[in-house]
Amino acid sequence: MEAIYLTFILILSIFLGFELISKIPSTLHTALMSGSNAISGITIVGSILITGVKGTPFITILGLLAVIFATINVVGGYWVTDRMLKMYKKKGEGK
Amino acid sequence: MNIDVVINLIYIVAVILFIAGLKMMSSPESARLGNFISSIGMLLSIIATLLYQQVVDYRWIIIGVVIGTILGGITAQVVAMTAMPEMVALFNGFGGLASLIVGWVGSFEAVISNFTALVILLTIIIGGVTFTGSVVAWAKLAEAMPGKPVLFKGQGLLNIVIFVVLIILGVFYYYDMGGLAWPVVTFTSLSLILGILLVIPIGGADMPVVISLLNSYSGLAACAAGFVIINNVLIVTGALVGASGIILTQIMCKAMNRSLANVLFSGFGGETQKGLQVSGDTKPIKIEDAFLILEAASSVVIVPGYGMAVARAQHAIRELGELLEKNGTEVRYAIHPVAGRMPGHMNVLLAEANVPYDQLVEMDNINPIMGSVDVGIVVGANDVVNPAAREQQGSPIYGMPIINVDQARTVFVIKRSMRSGFAGIDNPLFFKENTRMLFGDAKEVAQGLVAEFKRK
Repeated sequence: MEAIYLTFILILSIFLGFELISKIPSTLHTALMSGSNAISGITIVGSILITGVKGTPFITILGLLAVIFATINVVGGYWVTDRMLKMYKKKGEGK
Repeated sequence: MNIDVVINLIYIVAVILFIAGLKMMSSPESARLGNFISSIGMLLSIIATLLYQQVVDYRWIIIGVVIGTILGGITAQVVAMTAMPEMVALFNGFGGLASLIVGWVGSFEAVISNFTALVILLTIIIGGVTFTGSVVAWAKLAEAMPGKPVLFKGQGLLNIVIFVVLIILGVFYYYDMGGLAWPVVTFTSLSLILGILLVIPIGGADMPVVISLLNSYSGLAACAAGFVIINNVLIVTGALVGASGIILTQIMCKAMNRSLANVLFSGFGGETQKGLQVSGDTKPIKIEDAFLILEAASSVVIVPGYGMAVARAQHAIRELGELLEKNGTEVRYAIHPVAGRMPGHMNVLLAEANVPYDQLVEMDNINPIMGSVDVGIVVGANDVVNPAAREQQGSPIYGMPIINVDQARTVFVIKRSMRSGFAGIDNPLFFKENTRMLFGDAKEVAQGLVAEFKRK
C-alpha cells in the first residue's frame, strides 16, 4: 500500500514540476538550472539518515562521503546561483 | 505530538518553500529571493531530518556538512562566470553520487521487499549515470578532454551489451533479494561505466541538452533514493527537479530542431560534413570602416555565441554597446536558446558584464524586426546564425530555428578565422552580399571599435 501512496505523491509532483517550469523565460534558464541543481541536493536528507543511524563503520564511512558530496551540491549550487542572479540588472539600475 | 509527525510537517513547509522558490525563478526581479527561499527550504529539511529518533550519532554528519560547505562554498565563490557550465555539471554529478550511495547502502539491509529492490536498482543506475556522465561533461566543458564526440567502432553494441547485462543482474538481484553482495557491486560499476559511455559521444555544442538532462537525472536519482528510504521530501523534491530538467531539455532540443535521441546517439559534429559546399569570396572590412558604418547606424543587434565566452569579450562588447547608445543608436542583444554551452549561457555572461537584461531579446522576438535593423554584429556565433538552416534542404542543420541576422541591412561577423562552426557546416552567411568580416579575436576587435568611438 505504501508503494502506491508514494507513487501517487510522485505523479502529482511531476505534474507540479512541469507546471512550475514551463513559464520560465530563457534569460533565467541558467539560474533555473543551477538553482534546481542545488535543490536536487535534497538527497542530503538520505545521506544524513544513513550516516546518523547506528550502523557498521563501513556504512558510516559511505554515509560521510554521501553527506560531503550532497553538501557540496547544496551549498555550491545555491551559492553559485545567488552569485549569478546578483548580476541581473534592469536598465537604469545602479551598477 | 509524535516526533515523526513534527518532522513531516516541517517537510511540508520545506516543500512549499521549494515550490515558491521555483515559482519566483520565473522573473528576474524575484529570482534571487526565490533562490534564497528555496535554500531555507533545504535548511528546514536538514534540520527536520536530524530530529529522527534513529539518528543517534551526529559527529560524522557534522564533519561531513562542514567539509562539504567549505569545499562547495569556496568553489562557488572563486569560479569565474565563464566556467559556470562545468561548475554546474560537477555539482550536479556530486548530487548523483550521493544518491547512488544512499541507494547502495539501502541494499545492505537484511530483509528487502521486491519493491525496495527495484527502487534500489533504479537509484543506483540513475545516480551512477548522473555522476560519471556529469564528470565527463565537466571534463569536456573544462577542456580537460577533447570537446569533440568520442566515437569508436562497436560503441552502440557495447552500450547495448552493458544494458542487457544490467537488466540480467537486476533481475537476478530482484529474485535473490540481497543475499549476495556481488550483483549489486557489479551493477553499480556497470552503471558508472554506462554514464561515461553515454556522454563521450556527445559534442561540445550539444552540451546545453546534456547538462539539462543530467540535471533532470540527479533529481530523479534523489527521487528514487526517496523510495528506498521511504522519505516524502526526497520523492517530492526530486520529482520537481526531474520534471524541470526534462522541460529544459525539451526546450533545448526544440531550439536545435533535433530529437533527444538524435542529440544523445548520433555523434553530431564528429566530422566535417561533405556535400553542400559554399563558395564565393568573403569581404573583410577594417575596423575604421566598420566604425563609420556603426556610427551612422540607428539600430544595432548584437548576436553573441560561444566564441564570445572563449574570447571573454563580454565586457568589451558591453562597452561598445554603451558607446553606440550614447551615439543615439538603439542597441539590442539577440540570444539564441542554445548559444553557448548551457541553457542561458549568454545571458549570464552579459549580465556579468552589466548589460541590463531588458536589452536582451529572444530569438522569436527579434526575427520579425530583423529586416529593419541597420547593423547586425555576430560575435563568435556560427551555427545559430547559419542561413543554411533556412535555405539549404539537405543541410544537417536544415530546419533548426536560427537568428536571421543575415536579413539586417549590414552584417558584421567577428571571427578569428574561416574555420567552420562546431557542426562542421559551411556558413553561407559569410559570403552574403551584405556581410563584412571582421577577422580577429572578438575581444580585440570590440576594443578596437571602442577605441575608434573614443577617438572621435
